[in-house]
This record gives sequence, C-alpha cells and structure tokens, in this order.
Amino acid sequence: MTAPEPVVRMTGISIAFPGVKALDGVDFRLLPGEVHSLMGENGAGKSTLIKALTGVYKIDAGTIEVQGTQRRFHGTADAQAAGISTVYQEVNLCTNLTIGENVMLGHEVRGPFGINWQATYRGATQALTKLGLGHLDPRRPLSSLSIALQQLVAISRAMATDSRVLILDEPTSSLDAAEVEQLFGVIRRLRDEGVAILFVSHFLDQVYAISDRVTVLRNGQYQGEFLLRDLPRAKLIATMIGKDLETLASLESTRSERAAARTGEPLLSATGIGRKGSMEPTDVEVHRGEVVGFAGLLGSGRTELARLLYGADKADSGSIAIDGRKVALTSPVAGLDNRIAFSTENRRDEGIVADLTVRDNVILAVQAKRGWARPLSRREEDEIVGKYIAALNIRPANPNMLAGNLSGGNQQKVLLGRWLATEPELLILDEPTRGIDVGAKAEIQDSVATLAADGVAVVFISSELEEVVRISDRIVVLKDRAKIGEITNGPNVTAQQVVELIAAHGDGDLPDGDDPGDNHPDGPPGSPTDRLRDGANDGAPTTEGVPAA
Amino acid sequence: MNAPSPTLSARLAELVRKPFFWGIVAILLLLVVNLLKDPTYLAIRVNPSNGNLAGNVLDILRASAPILMVATGMSLVIATAGIDLSVGSVMAVAGAVSMEYLQNAGAPSSLGAALVAIAMSIGLGALLGTFSGLLVAKVGLQPFITTLVMMLAGRGLAKVITSGQNTTATNEQFRWMANGYVLGFPVVFLLAVAIVLVVILVVRRSALGMMIVSIGINPRASRMAGIKPAGLLVTVYALSGALAAIAGMFAVSSVMTVDVSQTGYQLEMDAILAVVVGGGTLAGGRLSMGGAAVGALLIATLDKTVVFLGVPSSATPAFKATVILILFLLQADNVRNLLRSRRPRPASLTETVETKASVAA
Repeated sequence: MTAPEPVVRMTGISIAFPGVKALDGVDFRLLPGEVHSLMGENGAGKSTLIKALTGVYKIDAGTIEVQGTQRRFHGTADAQAAGISTVYQEVNLCTNLTIGENVMLGHEVRGPFGINWQATYRGATQALTKLGLGHLDPRRPLSSLSIALQQLVAISRAMATDSRVLILDEPTSSLDAAEVEQLFGVIRRLRDEGVAILFVSHFLDQVYAISDRVTVLRNGQYQGEFLLRDLPRAKLIATMIGKDLETLASLESTRSERAAARTGEPLLSATGIGRKGSMEPTDVEVHRGEVVGFAGLLGSGRTELARLLYGADKADSGSIAIDGRKVALTSPVAGLDNRIAFSTENRRDEGIVADLTVRDNVILAVQAKRGWARPLSRREEDEIVGKYIAALNIRPANPNMLAGNLSGGNQQKVLLGRWLATEPELLILDEPTRGIDVGAKAEIQDSVATLAADGVAVVFISSELEEVVRISDRIVVLKDRAKIGEITNGPNVTAQQVVELIAAHGDGDLPDGDDPGDNHPDGPPGSPTDRLRDGANDGAPTTEGVPAA
Repeated sequence: MNAPSPTLSARLAELVRKPFFWGIVAILLLLVVNLLKDPTYLAIRVNPSNGNLAGNVLDILRASAPILMVATGMSLVIATAGIDLSVGSVMAVAGAVSMEYLQNAGAPSSLGAALVAIAMSIGLGALLGTFSGLLVAKVGLQPFITTLVMMLAGRGLAKVITSGQNTTATNEQFRWMANGYVLGFPVVFLLAVAIVLVVILVVRRSALGMMIVSIGINPRASRMAGIKPAGLLVTVYALSGALAAIAGMFAVSSVMTVDVSQTGYQLEMDAILAVVVGGGTLAGGRLSMGGAAVGALLIATLDKTVVFLGVPSSATPAFKATVILILFLLQADNVRNLLRSRRPRPASLTETVETKASVAA
C-alpha cells in the first residue's frame, strides 16, 4: 500500500502529571483522506493525546510534525493556526447566538463600518453547504436546532477555517441511530475532500463503521496501529485490555464451586428498567450470596445500570422488586433504606468527601440513615471506624486524618467501609479496584468473596475483564447501553468468551448497535467463535512500529 | 498533631495556624490604638449603687450581640456553600413586628406581651428563612439571588408592618433585654453568648455539623451517601432567619423604636466579614462558629474604634474596609508564602513539614 505522507506525525510523545505518566513514548499519525480512530479504556491516554495535539498540554518529550514541519504548540491557537480543529463531546457553541454567528465566530467578515453581516452570513451559508447543511437558515438561533444538528454546526465552524485535520471527541455520545448516520455522512464527505479525521468513540460498532485505521493505547502506552478491515473485533478488544486471546482463554473462574448455590427467589429482580439516553430496558436478577459481574467496555452501560439499581439515577421505565416486593428506588436514600449500597466509580466527585476525616467518611452513610438528630455516640463511632480500619487494613490507621490525604487504594477502602457499615444486603461496587496498587486490589477482591460467603449479594463492575471473570458467579455482558447476554460462570468460562460475545454482537447491523430491539437477553444466536474465525486474517499492524506488548 | 501532652510552644504554634488568630491579633491591636489615644480606654468602672460594670469594653460587648447572632447563622449557611443576604432585612422585620405588637397589645407593658412579641419575631424570622431555604433547596435557585430578593422583600415587609412609620413602644421587660444587667454584665451580651453556645452545642453534638460541612465540601458525594440535602438546607436557612430575628430584637430593644430603613442595615455584610475573618470560606465546607464569634467581636471593636478615634463619618466605611482588607491579606496563603520566603530561617526538616501543614490548613 502506498501510504501518502501523513498530515500529522507524532513521535515518542510523553506527558507526565504529578505521580502519573499519562503518555509514555506514544507514536501516532494521521493520513489525509482517512478516518482514524483512537481507542483505549479509561486512563489509556486518549484525551491526553488529543490535548497534546490541540495544544492544551505541553509535551515533555517527543515531536509533533504537521504537514512535514515540526511544530511546538504553546496553546490551542497555535494548533488551530496549524490547521487542526477540534469538536468536543460537549458542544462548545453559544446557543443564544444565531447559527451563522456561531459558524463564523472569530472569522466575521469585516467592512469599513465594522462587521459586514451580509457577507458574514454568506460565508456561513457556504460553510454549511459544504457539509450538506445548506438548508439551515443561518439567521435562526442555534437553540432551535437539535443536539445532533448543533454538533454538525460545530463541525462546520471547525471547518470554516479550512482545517486539514478534524478531531471529533466522542461526537456520538448523545445522538440516536439516525443522527449518527447523518453525522457519518458529513464525516465521509469531509474524508473524501482529503481531510484527516481523528474519531474518538467508545462505541465499537461505530468505530468499525466509519474508520479506516485505529490506534490503540493502554495505560499511556502505544499498543499498535491497525487497519480496521484486517482486525477482528476480539483482537481489538484484547489489545485494548492488554491481553492476548490465549491469555484470556486461560483466565478461568475461581468461583466455580459457588455457581450452583443460586436457588430460590432472587434478592433483587429488575424488570425492563431503563433510562432514556443512558440505558436500554434491561432485566437483571441478583441472589443472596452471589457475585454478579457486569462486563462490558467503557460506555457499555455497566455504570448506568448499576446507578439505576441503587437509585442514584431514576429509572423511567421498568420496575424493581426486592424479595418479591416492589420498591421505588428514586434516590440514594431509597436505595439505602432498602439496604442497597453503591460505591461509585467516580471516587473523587461522588465518593470521598476529601476535607472530612476518615472517621466522618466511614460513618457518613450510617449517620445519614439515622438522621442528624440521632448522632452516633463517640464510642459507637470508634467501634465502627476501628472495625473497618482493621478489617480492610486502611493505612495509615488514623481515623482523624483527612480522607483526601490517603492514597487512592486506601480511599477506596474507606468507601468500602462506609458502605459495609450500613450492613447492606446488596452491595454494588463500580470499579472498586481502579487506579489502586496490586496489594490493595487483592485485599478488596478478598473482601468481596468474604461478603458473598456471608450471604451478601454483590454486583461487581470492573473494566478489567479477568477480574470480573475470576470473582463473579454470573456475568452480565453489556454493550452499547444494553444487556446482550449472561454467562453463568464455571470452570470452562474464560475472559475470551466474554470478549467474543461483545465482539460478535451487532457485527451485522452496522453502523451502530443502539437499536433497542437488538437486545438478546440470552446471548446472540450462534457460537461467537464461529464469527471470529470468519475474520481470521490476523490484524497485522500497518506501521513499522510493532505493537509493544 | 494530637501528641499526648503538647508543649506550650506547640500549642501556641497551633493557635497561630488557626485562621481566627489574626482576628484576635487585630482586636488587640485596635485596643492598643485606642489605649494610645486614651490610656484609660480599657478601664472598667463599677457602678457603686447597683454593681453594674461600665466602660468602653462593656460597650463593645453590648454592640457585638446582634453581630454575634447573625454571624453564627451566617457561618452555618456559608458552610453549606450558600449565603444569606437577607439577615439585615429580617432584623428589621423582627423589630417591626415586635414594636408594632407591643404598641397595640392589650396589656402593652406586661411580661406576657413581651414574650408574645419575642415569639412572633422569632417565628416570622424562621418562616422567612424557611422560605429562602425552600427556594434554594427545592426550586434550586442560587442562594445569592434568592436571599438578595428576600433582602429587598424583607425591608419592604417591615415597612408594610409599621405602615412606613418608625414605630415606638414601651415595655420594660422587653427593654430589659438590651438595658438590663445580670452579675454586672449586660443581659444582651450574656444572652448572645448563651445562644451561640447552645447553637454550637447542638450543631457539634448532633450530626448536623458534619452533614452541613459534608454538603459544603462535596454535595454529590453527600447525596450518594444518603444525606438529604434539602432538609438540611431548609433547616440552616430557617436557623439563620431565627437568629437574625433575635438580633433584630436586640437592636431595637435599647431604644424601643424600630427604624425600618436603618435597623439591621448592611448587617449582612458585617456577618459575612465576621465569618470570613473567622476562617470560613464562601466556597463552603468549613464551619467555625467560634471563629465567626471572634470575627463578630472584631467588627464590633472596629465600629467602636472608628467612633472613638473620631474618624469622620464620611471616611468610616473606607477605614473599616482598609482594616479588613489588611486582615484578609495576612490570611491569604499567597501573601503568607511571600512573607515567609523573605524571612531567613533555619532549614530544619520539622519546620519545613510544619510550613507545609500550615499552608494546607
């Protein structure tokens, strides 16, 4: 293949933040007339790489070449001047201005008496027409458009400066299927004009539908660049989670002996619960003493489903029954009252109250349940806090330290302690082991197993598939905000099977799997492995850079 | 930090790190300035006929009573990351309602009438606070805007209650609140101290303090932990309203006249300043009612000093602002770091750690 000269070539990019190496020697290139996807799980470094390319972050090491010239960006204006435009996930437009004003903002046509509005609006119409949006009246307020059209206007605005590179960061996250198709039409049109497009999305099907090439990052490191049509989905997923398929196949459940224990009435049974824009209607059951894993990629709906089960978000369809009795989980208070506890994945914003002590953080939920007028006595507090500091091995074991000064792993244990102190019957743990060291991770996994043995129902969510497979009795597999299958764990279940289930599902109905009717509670028909063999030509990297495993 | 028996110097070091330390220093400095002008400024006389204490210091304590009340309420509201601009107007409403009632009551000089007036004032203050709280917590209006509206509405309500008059009444029991003495001290100051202590006790002994601070630091995490922010917010604003009503009665009882346009005028500013002097931050999440009390005493001292030094009334606001600005500069981390870096000091390890801790505090 005679690859044209890349528009953008980033070589050996490293960026460090205090305590974290966000990017470590990452290579990346963008070819003209191609759609290039950037993929990776949380913390892989996707946003950091984009921000390096758009001049938001300064790079510590490495070089950026744009159209053959080496550049150093000292801000977003430099990047824009070099022809790199970005459309962010949240539409960055002024809804109170007109469509035309938004498109031409900062590029208004000036005449002898200030802005020549007629010419400016003509320019806006031209920019819109280029993207097939000529039917929009540029004099109407932007707020009269749907989010999807606003997104397209944002692209028009980015292209009004004749950019050679367009970065789309999660552009489809709030669009429905038809709107995605409309967006893809615009992307294809720009691609055909020779624009290099960097497309970031966590919807696997959309990536396959629109992209020619993909670069995979993991933990800030370059994992390889691939031609998508040569890359089986399972291989892509395996690369994202950093395991090859053979390793995944060897990861078996260690909880096989418990799988049969599930009998009788479930503790919690949810029927058709969903929430518009975040989760398709889904059925889930959780039994006492059972660990149910939610597996899926970023954005698959694993967190959204868990939030509905706690009441952190209000479901707008379906119903939840606990021990056969219908309950309305409309708020966290309702969740706690029904003895459900939910430990969030967003520890900093929704978990730890950083400027309170460890003691206050641990007793917070218990105290909230009792109400402010019935405070725990100092002795009761000491008892609870002491118990969980010891049981969870929280270090330093000082209840009067500010929780914000603890390490991530110990903050996580403080949160776990907070929820255990409420003596829940159902404990939902969303990414309890993310970003913490190996030792703390093992301690938390052990606690989960012990709790289940004591009869607590546990929902365990993790982006590390092997962890889910290892400790779950049953795995609920989610994709694109819907449940696509359920696997009863046992000696023969491996992480590979989960990957193949995700990879196989929706392979046929491109460009996206958002279709609500596409919900197979019992898994897709046919063996996922068969499908995998169809695309058996090994996704060989297209660059000289061999994936650094 | 909590070593078993801290040495005196360690205790002193900890005191210096408290945000209200500079407030105490400022009070002392103002007193020294007054002493320089009049060496007998701090003298306390004992009235031979009834044993009551008198003197400039007693005047300051008396004047601090209403500020103590509103500052205490304000410290709670600010800890939730809110603000209550309506306290000055609520003071006027409370003053108006008590004066109007006492003027028109059947037995205007009875103890019963005084008690009814007090109850009506506190009730109305709490009601206005509850209304603000509901708008903030349930409707989701911004505290600043909500209480700004209540500030305008309250002043108007006070004028409606008295039909625009500065109503006067006579009731010795009600007046005793301001002018009476117990154990030689003015009743109004003792009442204020007692109320502040009760509020501190309730807030600290119940879980109210922790929950208020928790909401102020991280409302989303607090909600996820099962705290119902709405109820707490309404409680806090209601309490602020009730305390402002008490302050209003303190303010009118000495002259037994409500001045509907001057009673409590701009006291919300004094209260906010007192809270910030005491270590509160408008970002919320810090609650120091003791600090707010120090701040209130500073404001009262400052007011009296301005009068005592004979600062022309047109220059009074500028003088007050200057003193407070200097104080805030001394408290600001950036300024303190700058001063510290100028000062040569032995670079021992423990001191560096201490420095860091004080910056973090």
